[in-house]
Amino acid sequence: MSPQHPETAPALVVDNLRKTYGNGVEALKGISLTVQQGDFFALLGPNGAGKSTLIGILSSLVSSTGGDARIFGISVNQQRNEAMKLIGLVPQEINFNQFEKPFDICVNEAGFYGIPRKIAAVRAEKYLKELRLWDKAYHQARELSGGMKRRLMIARAMMNEPRLLILDEPTAGVDIEIRRSMWHFVSGINAAGTTVILTTHYLEEAEQLCRNIAIIDHGTIVEDTTMKRLLAKLDVETFVLDTAEPVSTPPTLDGIALRRVDERTLEAEIARTHDLNSLFAALSAHGITVTSMRNKTNRLEELFVRLVEGGRNGAKEQAA
Amino acid sequence: MSNLSANLVAYRTIARREIVRILRIWTQTLIPPVITITLYFVIFGKLIGGRIGTIEGFTYMQFIVPGMVMMSVINNSYMNISSSFFGAKFQRSVEEMLVAPMSNWVILAGYVTGAVARALAVGVLVLVVALFFTNLHLVHPLIALVSVTLGAIIFALAGFINAMYAKKFDDIALVPTFIITPLTYLGGVFYSIKMMSEPWQTISRANPILYMVNTFRFGVLGISDVSVGPALLVMVGFVIALGVLAVHLLKRGVGLRS
Ligand SMILES: Nc1ncnc2c1ncn2[C@@H]1O[C@H](COP(=O)(O)OP(=O)(O)OP(=O)(O)O)[C@@H](O)[C@H]1O
Ligand SMILES: [Mg+2]
Repeated sequence: MSPQHPETAPALVVDNLRKTYGNGVEALKGISLTVQQGDFFALLGPNGAGKSTLIGILSSLVSSTGGDARIFGISVNQQRNEAMKLIGLVPQEINFNQFEKPFDICVNEAGFYGIPRKIAAVRAEKYLKELRLWDKAYHQARELSGGMKRRLMIARAMMNEPRLLILDEPTAGVDIEIRRSMWHFVSGINAAGTTVILTTHYLEEAEQLCRNIAIIDHGTIVEDTTMKRLLAKLDVETFVLDTAEPVSTPPTLDGIALRRVDERTLEAEIARTHDLNSLFAALSAHGITVTSMRNKTNRLEELFVRLVEGGRNGAKEQAA
Repeated sequence: MSNLSANLVAYRTIARREIVRILRIWTQTLIPPVITITLYFVIFGKLIGGRIGTIEGFTYMQFIVPGMVMMSVINNSYMNISSSFFGAKFQRSVEEMLVAPMSNWVILAGYVTGAVARALAVGVLVLVVALFFTNLHLVHPLIALVSVTLGAIIFALAGFINAMYAKKFDDIALVPTFIITPLTYLGGVFYSIKMMSEPWQTISRANPILYMVNTFRFGVLGISDVSVGPALLVMVGFVIALGVLAVHLLKRGVGLRS
């Protein structure tokens, strides 16, 4: 492919990327995907799918065994340094020196990118404040809580003001309030023009934040589409219904599978083509009053499980 | 911003961080070598040395000072870089540098600068301690400085390469135990090889540390068992060879990138 201009090229083009580790594990089996400039992109997949391997290759920590990736048109293989200038990385594992202070960690990080100390000090203060770490700026990093450490890695990744921010499970083990504040921060960064790639196992997070999505499993892309289109694929939804009175045997309804969970709880699997009004009408007709209703799982989660499990079963059948 | 000026900022960042680290843990980096060497001076210089005659016109105490300085320089340079760089690998903070857009030589040069800074600081401290036991005046200060700096760089590079391959903290102790300590003790720190019979004199000449100790001794006392010019050239050769090897290993990501 011909080199593209950094201003117009996609933020990321992954081209038939492969990785076989030294121990023989084939973590990526030739994957391709494109992330447009300004996108908020979800990279999802079960444990061991190859997400961190892909991110490792993009940040040059892992060397690919085939294919290439281009960051704003710049090849990671051929122009590593130029490509790295454009990336900010929040890795999955804590990787700063625990004996250093957050302020120094951020200022040094900027130094590695060639940013003079004066400018770096201003930026460090700005981002540590935005991530609500300023009161810890001069404490040893090991004194930070787990959630603070994750935020510190986000602040650090912002020091070179990257055009592409890659977050590998930034919210793992982070409480809901802090997670929300992280979402707020990252959404703001994205709104200001930074392209964001997010890996997470909290699917409601991906559903809320991301516009486009790729699902990777066993080193291959099993889905690469927009969030809207993916959610539209969900043909059946499962609702949990709480009833006013105990229900001994759930009625049989047309096109709706009803299951009794306990005395006052029912589960209803409804095809998307079916409307909910008919469900309530049918239940009323059987003398059942519904007091509350919720989705059994988040919609994306339901899809995710189907996609990934579908892939697994398919693979098993092939193997058999 | 040009790549060179960005690389220089990165170099200063690493060197500065290394020096801050040395000062932060000064009780581990600067004090222990001084205590060890003071004991050597008391025991070998004063107690035993008093019973040994002069060597080429110098008291035994005066004779061993340059070797002691070189020995501390070598050890501290090696220990500083290997423990700091392996520590960065162990804590994964090395990844901060590996993902940044800087050249490989910058990482190496930054760490070597830190190691040499500690080595020279310890060398000066040891010299100062020596002045409490004996009097010395540097005969060839420039040669003294050049030889001690080359010695520090050589063992910094060796320590860096060792740390790249190391998988656990024990691995970085292998070189000091099996190479540095025996070679320094047999490298003419405590004696002149002229005191030895053949074949030991010839065998000793295969020991690189002999050349480091003697060029430095020449700088301090003006005496040497080896010719100083060629010895310095060989040391420069070692610096180049190990430097090229280290940059090559960094480029391949040995022990660093999977
Ligand atoms: N350094 C390594 N050496 C050998 N195999 C590895 C290495 N790193 C990862 N793997 C293997 O590669 C595969 C993909 O791992 P990877 O870390 O990319 O998964 P992931 O999608 O990030 O998973 P998770 O959600 O658990 O973080 C796994 O089988 C893993 O065991
Ligand atoms: Mg991972």
